[in-house]
Amino acid sequence: MSLIATLARMEALREGRARPLATVRHRHLSERPMVFVPLTTAGEAGAPLGALFGTDREEPTLLVVPQPRDRDLRFAFLAQLAQGMLPYLEGYADDVDVEVRKGKDPETGEPVEVERELCRDAPQLLVPNGSGVRYVRLLGRSMRFRRTAEEAPDEPYPVPSRVPLLGRWMTHFGERALTPGSCLLVSMTDLLSRHWASGQSGLEDQHLGALLAWLDPPPGVHGSEAALRAETARDERGLLECPPAGPATDPAFDNKLLAPAITRYDAGLSGAERAVRDLVGSQLRPTWDHVWRGLDLLRELPPGDRVAARWEGDRWSYTGHRDRLRAGEPPQPKRDDAVTAAAKLVRRETDQVRLDAHEALDDPLVMAERRLAGEAFAGEVVAVEMAYSEGRSPRPRPLVSVSTHDRPHVEPGTRVFRRLAGKAQEAQVAAAEPGLVVVRLVNQMGRGRVPAEGTVPEPGDVVCLTAFEHDPRPAAPLPPPEETPWTHGGPPGEAAMGASAPDPHTAEDYL
Amino acid sequence: MSTTLESRLAALRGSAPPRPMDARTLAALAANPGCGRRALLDAAGVDKGAVAEHLGRPAPFGQSQFSIVRGNAFEARVKADGCAELLRLLCERLGLPAPDEAALPDLSAVGPAGRAERTRQALEEATAAGGWSLLDHPMLRLEVAGSAVHLEPDAVVVRPDGRWTVVEIKSFPILDGCADPAKVGAAARQSAVYVLALRALAERIGRGEPEHTVVLVCPKDFSNLPTCAAVDVRKQLSVTVRQLTRLTRVEDIVSELPEGTTFDLALDDDRRTPRRPVEELAAAVDAVPAAYAPDCLSVCELAFHCRARAHECGAVEALGRGVRGELGALASVDEVLAAAAAGLGGAWQADGEGSAPAEHVSGGGCGVGGGTDAHGYAEDGGDFGGGDFGGGDFSGGDRRDFGDDAVTWRLREAARLRAEALAGTAAGGRA
Ligand code: SF4
Repeated sequence: MSLIATLARMEALREGRARPLATVRHRHLSERPMVFVPLTTAGEAGAPLGALFGTDREEPTLLVVPQPRDRDLRFAFLAQLAQGMLPYLEGYADDVDVEVRKGKDPETGEPVEVERELCRDAPQLLVPNGSGVRYVRLLGRSMRFRRTAEEAPDEPYPVPSRVPLLGRWMTHFGERALTPGSCLLVSMTDLLSRHWASGQSGLEDQHLGALLAWLDPPPGVHGSEAALRAETARDERGLLECPPAGPATDPAFDNKLLAPAITRYDAGLSGAERAVRDLVGSQLRPTWDHVWRGLDLLRELPPGDRVAARWEGDRWSYTGHRDRLRAGEPPQPKRDDAVTAAAKLVRRETDQVRLDAHEALDDPLVMAERRLAGEAFAGEVVAVEMAYSEGRSPRPRPLVSVSTHDRPHVEPGTRVFRRLAGKAQEAQVAAAEPGLVVVRLVNQMGRGRVPAEGTVPEPGDVVCLTAFEHDPRPAAPLPPPEETPWTHGGPPGEAAMGASAPDPHTAEDYL
Repeated sequence: MSTTLESRLAALRGSAPPRPMDARTLAALAANPGCGRRALLDAAGVDKGAVAEHLGRPAPFGQSQFSIVRGNAFEARVKADGCAELLRLLCERLGLPAPDEAALPDLSAVGPAGRAERTRQALEEATAAGGWSLLDHPMLRLEVAGSAVHLEPDAVVVRPDGRWTVVEIKSFPILDGCADPAKVGAAARQSAVYVLALRALAERIGRGEPEHTVVLVCPKDFSNLPTCAAVDVRKQLSVTVRQLTRLTRVEDIVSELPEGTTFDLALDDDRRTPRRPVEELAAAVDAVPAAYAPDCLSVCELAFHCRARAHECGAVEALGRGVRGELGALASVDEVLAAAAAGLGGAWQADGEGSAPAEHVSGGGCGVGGGTDAHGYAEDGGDFGGGDFGGGDFSGGDRRDFGDDAVTWRLREAARLRAEALAGTAAGGRA
């Protein structure tokens, strides 16, 4: 946590409500996101208990597994989930822009024009918290290697059709969520805590109800009190009024109500299924409402300038997965081979650096953190002295003196950048002393001997220079290497093939 | 343990039966070694959960019967047929041929001390015999901060060459060869405590070689078939050893307590309803120094109580254990905000009354020059600005002192930059 964020948390504590950590919205929000609130069975891996999902705030779809240890009931749940979700997930696949790029013919090497489709928009899956994101990944893993009766007639426990497909989509979304700043699958707690500081720790922020209590406490109530209420208040049955946002359930709920209700279901009592359904629904609904409330709050923030460009990366990712499915590729491997894994890691590191740069450029509050860290500085131009490069056709290399309160970690020779008409203008530090930095501008001043109008700041202007690059990655929005379909030259990898074998079965149900 | 200490601990516990410590509590204890409150209550065998409940702040966690049932069913499965499957897995993992037979000594005895003694005998015999033995739920003993703790690993395997391996059976899955790192970490810390106890025992009996690699047995993928993984716990071992020795000596804590302190809940005749006045109990608990941090929420039953206390005194650690690092000697939120306020031309007041939200501070915080110490922050207000960044806006005397002064400087800068950005007057960003 940066010192500025720490201060913000302390302000929140003192004022009794959350304080801003950003002045713009740094994440893309779909106009029609799908909210997915899953619940899982305690102690079991991948045995869903139920879920609320949908794109309509007023009418979520409720799915419940009345006995999570029953394989048939779980499969039925997954089938219904696939039926409900796939139309949304696949619904953006056919609305495309066609990009024409220069490329090479793979056989002759002749330059040719290559057409590539890019989906104009993409689906967005919103879950309540970080464990929700991990659960999507887990569900994806549990489904994608299953086989349907059509695919494998000998399969002893075939899943209903389309379940493996949902598994592959969920896997893709779960994988994409590891990319910093990506928005195909995001958690509400991450979104909210990126933009506001509560008066509690990051750990406590994982409780969506408590985090919202800080953002939006009832009138006259201090955030910490409202958050405590969200964490602990119980009704007369002993149930949390604001149940945890899942996928884990409240143990008291399991022990006092769910377990007896499931026992009644097992005994075949009439109305028992309905009772389990109502119980699970009662635990999901508050979280469902919270996710939408969070969305309301986020929508009040204006989007940052670079958010749309980052969303384009998500659209490429979506399109790439669409292409892989269409090309009939096998499911994503269980584990990446070493090369792919390393490539992904490097890729995510660059993405993080790039995201950090973009957020700072979009938002003075984020830039403030970089300034405090000595990675950028801002101040008033106090002098501009014209100078030229040496050589036969001298180019303008004006010296700009900036008076600053910041203490940047720069020394003569350090490359620094400032924003100029949507581009980065580069400069070199010529001298740095406390309170004053002199930089030499080196580009973006036009072709002539005289700098183009407006390309050199004037005394009295306020400028902000960063010691980090503004766009530390080639701008071409190509899909990351791991997402390049085979049909577009991406290697499937040897290991990938062997690693996609279906899971073994045991005759007894595995729970 | 001296009898006086023993009797004082018994008095602290009061009428309730002692609640024994186990590896889980020890691992948690080692996670927060600075906390005297937890160390003392655990050593005295106080039921922290019951205390928290009576204080009106019950533990923030619980266990679902579904996971208990699942855990027991999995362990039973792994240990079925005289642990045949378990041995087969172990040998496969260790790269050894599975033995035709292994001894499964009967470890039953009366009481934990009796069982610990029986385990000692069995380990001694098994090691001397030089064959394979599997000890199902042995009982180990470890001295911690002056008191004896009994520990019960799921199993210990003795190999023909005299090596002892701790086996832990957990019901979280190993999925595609990976398990949840947080859960593996917790299991490793817990196992390290067992290895430590085994080492102490090996030393006592002069034979046996406890291994620092333990074996975790977990369900494979989405099945209930067991699979296992070897986990090297050397790191956890050294951390645990260090933390345990650092554990504030219980004796010292006890001696600091006011005479007559007790955590007795004064149960009614029904043996269930506590009659102890809540304020009195709270005062007793608060008499023992604590070290709250948010991590407590997932490991300690008293967390909600300690958190409330931490909030009351504005402790900065309540925002995260790491927060303190950048704040030097400033321990409370008010102190930090007051120190930072100087970066805003003093518009913030330490008590928060009538304070203006940062974005309304006129001047956006840029024009702080000379005004820094005008608002009652003279004690450190004048010490900045000279020295290595003379000409900056914190004019004043020479800057001689780093450390806390540097902390205050950074805080003020942070406050200034933050206020500027919120007021929309900052350069950079969308500028
Ligand atoms: S919750 Fe309280 S008693 Fe428990 S470890 Fe934390 S500070 Fe100590």
